[in-house]
Amino acid sequence: MAYALQQLINGLTLGAMYGLIAIGYTMVYGIIGMINFAHGDIFMVSAFIAITAFTILAAADVTSIPLALTFVLIVSIFFTSAYGWAVERTAYRPLRGSTRLAPLISAIGMSIFLQNTVQLTQGARVKPIPPVLEGGIVLWDNPTFTVQIGWSQLLIIVTTVILMTGFTWMITQTPFGRQQRACEQDRTMASLLGVNVDRTISYTFMLGAALAAVAGVMVTVYYGVVDFFIGFLAGIKAFTAAVLGGIGSLPGAMLGGLLIGLIESFWAAYLWAEYKDVATFSILCLVLMLRPSGLLGRPEVEKV
Amino acid sequence: MKKTLLATAVLALGGFSSAALADLTVAIAGPMTGQYASAGDQIRKGAEMAIADINARGGVLGEKLVLEVGDDACDPKQAVSVANTMVNKEIAFMHGHWCSSSTIPASEVYNEADILMATVSTNPQVTERGLNNIFRIMGRDDQQGLVAGGYIAEKFAGKKVAVVDDKSAYGKGLADEMAKAMEAKGLAPTLREAITAGEKDYSGLVTKLKQAGVEVMAYGGYHTEVALILRQAQAAGLQLTVMGGDTMTNSELVTAAGPAADNVMFTFSPDARKNPDAAPVVEKFRAAKVEPEGYVLYAYAAMQLFEQAATAAKSTDYVALEKAMRDGSFNTVIGELSFDAKGDQKAPGFVVYRWQGGQYDYAQ
Repeated sequence: MAYALQQLINGLTLGAMYGLIAIGYTMVYGIIGMINFAHGDIFMVSAFIAITAFTILAAADVTSIPLALTFVLIVSIFFTSAYGWAVERTAYRPLRGSTRLAPLISAIGMSIFLQNTVQLTQGARVKPIPPVLEGGIVLWDNPTFTVQIGWSQLLIIVTTVILMTGFTWMITQTPFGRQQRACEQDRTMASLLGVNVDRTISYTFMLGAALAAVAGVMVTVYYGVVDFFIGFLAGIKAFTAAVLGGIGSLPGAMLGGLLIGLIESFWAAYLWAEYKDVATFSILCLVLMLRPSGLLGRPEVEKV
Repeated sequence: MKKTLLATAVLALGGFSSAALADLTVAIAGPMTGQYASAGDQIRKGAEMAIADINARGGVLGEKLVLEVGDDACDPKQAVSVANTMVNKEIAFMHGHWCSSSTIPASEVYNEADILMATVSTNPQVTERGLNNIFRIMGRDDQQGLVAGGYIAEKFAGKKVAVVDDKSAYGKGLADEMAKAMEAKGLAPTLREAITAGEKDYSGLVTKLKQAGVEVMAYGGYHTEVALILRQAQAAGLQLTVMGGDTMTNSELVTAAGPAADNVMFTFSPDARKNPDAAPVVEKFRAAKVEPEGYVLYAYAAMQLFEQAATAAKSTDYVALEKAMRDGSFNTVIGELSFDAKGDQKAPGFVVYRWQGGQYDYAQ
C-alpha cells in the first residue's frame, strides 16, 4: 500500500510535466490544425534558459530559494515565449494557407534547428546543477516502506494545479480566451467579426511556450540534469498525451498527461519496467480504436 | 586525335602523380553528436593527437596521415551510412565505431570494402561473426561481466542485488553476463529490470529498488542514466551502490550525479595513464588541457597500431596489413597489443575501479 502510494506520487509528478507540455501541442492543433513538432525542443530550450538563470543567480550569491525560483521562472517564461513567438513567425506564418504538410515539415525542420543550435552553442555534454530543493515531507512512516514526497515533486504538482486553474479561467472568462475559441471554431468568420487572427495565433504559441517553460524549470529543479536531447522523448510523450486526451481539448491534454504518467509508473512498479512504453502506446491504440477522437475530444465535423 | 591523346596522357600523369603524393586517410567514427557525444569527443582528441605525433615522426611509410571523422550518433542506421561515406573516401584504416550496436552493422560494410578496423566496442558479437577485418583493442563484455559479477558476489555477499540494463546491445549483453557470473558464484539477483535510455524519470525504478531492499545495482548501460538514477535514489532516501562497465569512466558522471558518484564502481582495462611507458604522451595531453581519460588513449593506441602494422607490412594493402596485425605484437600507450584468431585482444584484463571525489582509482 505504501509502495503504491509512493508510485502514485511519482506518476502524478511525471504526468503533471507531460500535461504541461501537452497543452502546447493541443492548443496549437486546436487553433490552426497543425502538430507543432518543435514544441518539445522549445521545452528543451526553456530548460537551458533555466540552467543559465540558475548559474547567474549562483554567481550573484542569491541563496533564498523562493526568490531564486521566482526569478528563474520569470526569466525562463519570458525568453521561451519569445522563442515560441519567433518560431511561429519565421517557420509557420509564411506557410499559412499552403498545403497541410508544409508547416508540418517546417516544424520538423525547426525542431532539428533548435536541437542543433543548442548542441553547438551549449555543447553536447550534460549540464547539471546542484540540487536546489533537497528533502521533502515524510507522508507515512510505514515500518517496511517510508512514503515521502520531495519538495520539488510537491512544487511540480502544486504549480500545475494553479496553472491549470488559471488557464481554464483565462480560456472561458477573458476576451482573449473568447477570441481564441472563436479562431478555433472558424478563422475566417472570426476575422470578419474583428478578431485579429494572426495575433491570437501568435499569443497561442507564446502561451504554449510559457507552459513548456514552466515544465522546463521544473525538470531542471527536479532532475538537475539537462541536455540538448531532452526535448525529443518529452515531446513524443506529451504529444501522445495530447492525442490520448483528445487533441484540441485542454482538459484532455492534462488528463492524457496524468494518465500516461500513472500508466508508466504503475506498469513499471508492478509489471515489467522494460515494457513500460509498449504498455503506454498499446493503451493509446486501444483508446483510439474505441474513441477515435481521444478521451475528451470532440469528433471533427467535416465542413462542406 | 593527337590532342586528345596528349590530354589523356596529361590527365593520367596528373592522376598518377596525385595518387603518389596523396596523403593516407585514416578515420574515426563514433557518437560525435547525440547524448553520448562526450565519448566521441574523447576519441577525436586522442586520434588527433596521435596523428599529429605520427606526422611529426614523418608519417606512415613516408606518407602523412589525414583524419576523417564520422558521426554515427550511436544510431545503427547512421553508422552504416557513415561506413559507406568512409568507403567512398578510400580510407586505409578505421578506428570505431563506439557503440556496439553501431560497430556491428558498420563492420559489414568495411569488411566488404577490405578496410581494417580497430574498435573499443565490447559486445562479444563484434568479433564473433567471422569477419577478419576487425580487431578489438578493448576487452569483451563476457570478460567484463565475469570480473564485475565476480566482484559483486564476493564483496557484497548476502546483500540484495538488482541487475538493470538499458536494453541496448551493449547494456543488455553486459548485464546478462554480470547476472550469470553472480549466479555462478552463488549470489542470485533479487531483481532483474530494464529501463529506457534517454528518459529523465527513473523514480519508478528507484521506488521499486527501495521496496525490494536493494543495496547494490549491477548496471549495464551508459553513464548518463546512472547519474540520474543515483540522484533520484538519493532524493528518495535510498543508499545505492552501482557496479557498471567501461562507460562509467566518463567524468560527466561526476558532474551530473554530484557526490553520489562516489557510489559508482566499474570495470575497465588497467588504467593506461598509470602505464610508465605512456607517461610522455599523458603529459602531452595534459599540457594541451585534455585529460587522457576513458577512450582518449585508446584512440591514440589505435593510430599507433595502424602505424606499426603498416610499417611491419611495408604496405597499407589490406592483405598484408591484416596479416601483420594478426601476427604482430604492438607497443602502444595502452600497453602491448596482440590479437587472437577472432581479432580479440589477447590480454584484456579488467580491473574494478571506484569513483572517489571526482577521480577514479582501483577499488579495494
